[in-house]
Amino acid sequence: MQPVKPSHRTDPEDTHSGPNGHNHAQRVVDKPTPALTPALAIDGLWVRYNDHPALEDISLQVSKGDILGIIGPNGAGKSTLLKTILGLIPAWRGQIRVLGEPVATSRRLVGYMPQVEQVDWDFPVTAGDVALMGRYARRGLLRRTTGEDREAAAAALDRVGILDLRNRLIGELSGGQRRRVLLARALANQPELLLLDEPMAGLDATAQHQFLDIIDGLRSDGATVVLSTHDLSCVSQRCDKAACLNRRLVAFGTPGEVLNEDILGETFGTHLLLVHLDGQAYAYQHHSHDSGPDPSSVSGQSGGK
Amino acid sequence: MQRAFLAAGFASVVCALVGTFVVLKGLAFMGDAVAHSSLAGMSVAYFLGGNIFWGALGWAVPASLLITFISRKANLRLDASIGIIFASGFALGIILMSRVTGYAADLFGLLFGNILGISWAEVALIGGIAAAVSLVIAAFYKELLFTSYDATMSAASGIPVRLMQYLLPVLVGVTTVASLKAVGIVLVLALLVTPSATAMLLARRMPSIMAYSVAVGLIATVLGLYLSFYADLPSGPSIVLVATGLFLLALLFSPIKGILWRRNALPSPSQEPAG
Repeated sequence: MQPVKPSHRTDPEDTHSGPNGHNHAQRVVDKPTPALTPALAIDGLWVRYNDHPALEDISLQVSKGDILGIIGPNGAGKSTLLKTILGLIPAWRGQIRVLGEPVATSRRLVGYMPQVEQVDWDFPVTAGDVALMGRYARRGLLRRTTGEDREAAAAALDRVGILDLRNRLIGELSGGQRRRVLLARALANQPELLLLDEPMAGLDATAQHQFLDIIDGLRSDGATVVLSTHDLSCVSQRCDKAACLNRRLVAFGTPGEVLNEDILGETFGTHLLLVHLDGQAYAYQHHSHDSGPDPSSVSGQSGGK
Repeated sequence: MQRAFLAAGFASVVCALVGTFVVLKGLAFMGDAVAHSSLAGMSVAYFLGGNIFWGALGWAVPASLLITFISRKANLRLDASIGIIFASGFALGIILMSRVTGYAADLFGLLFGNILGISWAEVALIGGIAAAVSLVIAAFYKELLFTSYDATMSAASGIPVRLMQYLLPVLVGVTTVASLKAVGIVLVLALLVTPSATAMLLARRMPSIMAYSVAVGLIATVLGLYLSFYADLPSGPSIVLVATGLFLLALLFSPIKGILWRRNALPSPSQEPAG
């Protein structure tokens, strides 16, 4: 199977959910049956930032219950893509559907976990307070949270295994616990689609695996997960789909199709030496200049293996 | 004396409530700037023979909005935009006041407060402002808390973040005006910041921090006014110094964060594995 190149419109030949590759040129006119509705469908998405394209012509689909890993260098637009799906950044062109719903109404279906550095950890709130904030979307202005909200927040904390820490101030939590609090906040609103922005950055190997086990558990409960990461081995081991992003979608497919030296070299704009070891992919960079993809080095072939 | 206690009490309560958000968001000097620049509004009112209170209010709210607006639109750091509004309003105020005969005495009252000369009408006005600001905070507590903590995420939750980010400066502006009579332009900052900072040494979680902040503000006000009354000291500075004293006590002896027991404090857990 060939990894999908962005030059031809997305046609992901979804290996998981069978024949939904036929909507190539055809817009979704009548609502597809729920079983076939992708959890996330992005079609020809362009995003501009200060008059410069931040994302160019992104098209991809994620089936329900899949984990998609987005990899790419810093500034490739990983966070921008997640925030656009969330509706925080407007799409310039193209459309996004979450379970068939446009961004305007899909907000309730989406849970978002920001990068851990973007959060003020000195703020005097407890883990329980933060999880409860995940429910604020359900209560309008001037409305108080209810017992149901507190139960859902507690259930979310329990789901990520830190219910016993709910009265702890967030500043007193360890790195792994901090990510779990943010994940619990995203889960508190019982989302169908989870967007996680670099959830494992800065964690040691043990904590990363614990976190990924939680994600796996969520997936078995039916959640669809989109996460951005720099960790190729995480993508090759734990993700069903991988998207290589560098403003445009360099490649999209299963990790086996996508994680090869050609595609990664094109994505990161530098030659990467890829080592496969026990089913894991490790990338080593030859030189460290990080200057975006050089068009002349784009190779048409794709050695999917 | 009764009027002074009431007015200063009202002022200290709103300052303590708003001050908690101010300290958390690092907006302390916005309050200071709004207070100083509102001298221009007071001078205009004074000049035209109107009530300086409304003059101050009429200046403070646009000034606080302008600070926020300039820093957003001009992509300027907040402290720079604060500095511009601070100095320009203050300068304009001084120029206008200098055209009034005997301006030094009046200016002194505006700068350092004149709580003992307060009228019942002014007490009622300050009480009304205090009630209104407290109500707004109670109504939007959830949104103010979430937006202050994590603006991105609260935007994603459909909270009108932009509105909240302008609401807080307006509250700061109104609150400083309510406190001008009690402590004066120069010392408003202390009433806004010191009780909240003290509370953060004494309590851990947001609602209790606000409660402690109000308590500290009230204690400082009452003790400060008594002190000024019996020792014949200026009232505003007395309140401020008592508040500062309370802060120092909390800094040293707070059961949870006092530096005297720092040895027993928890090691700060930053980046350790999950457990």
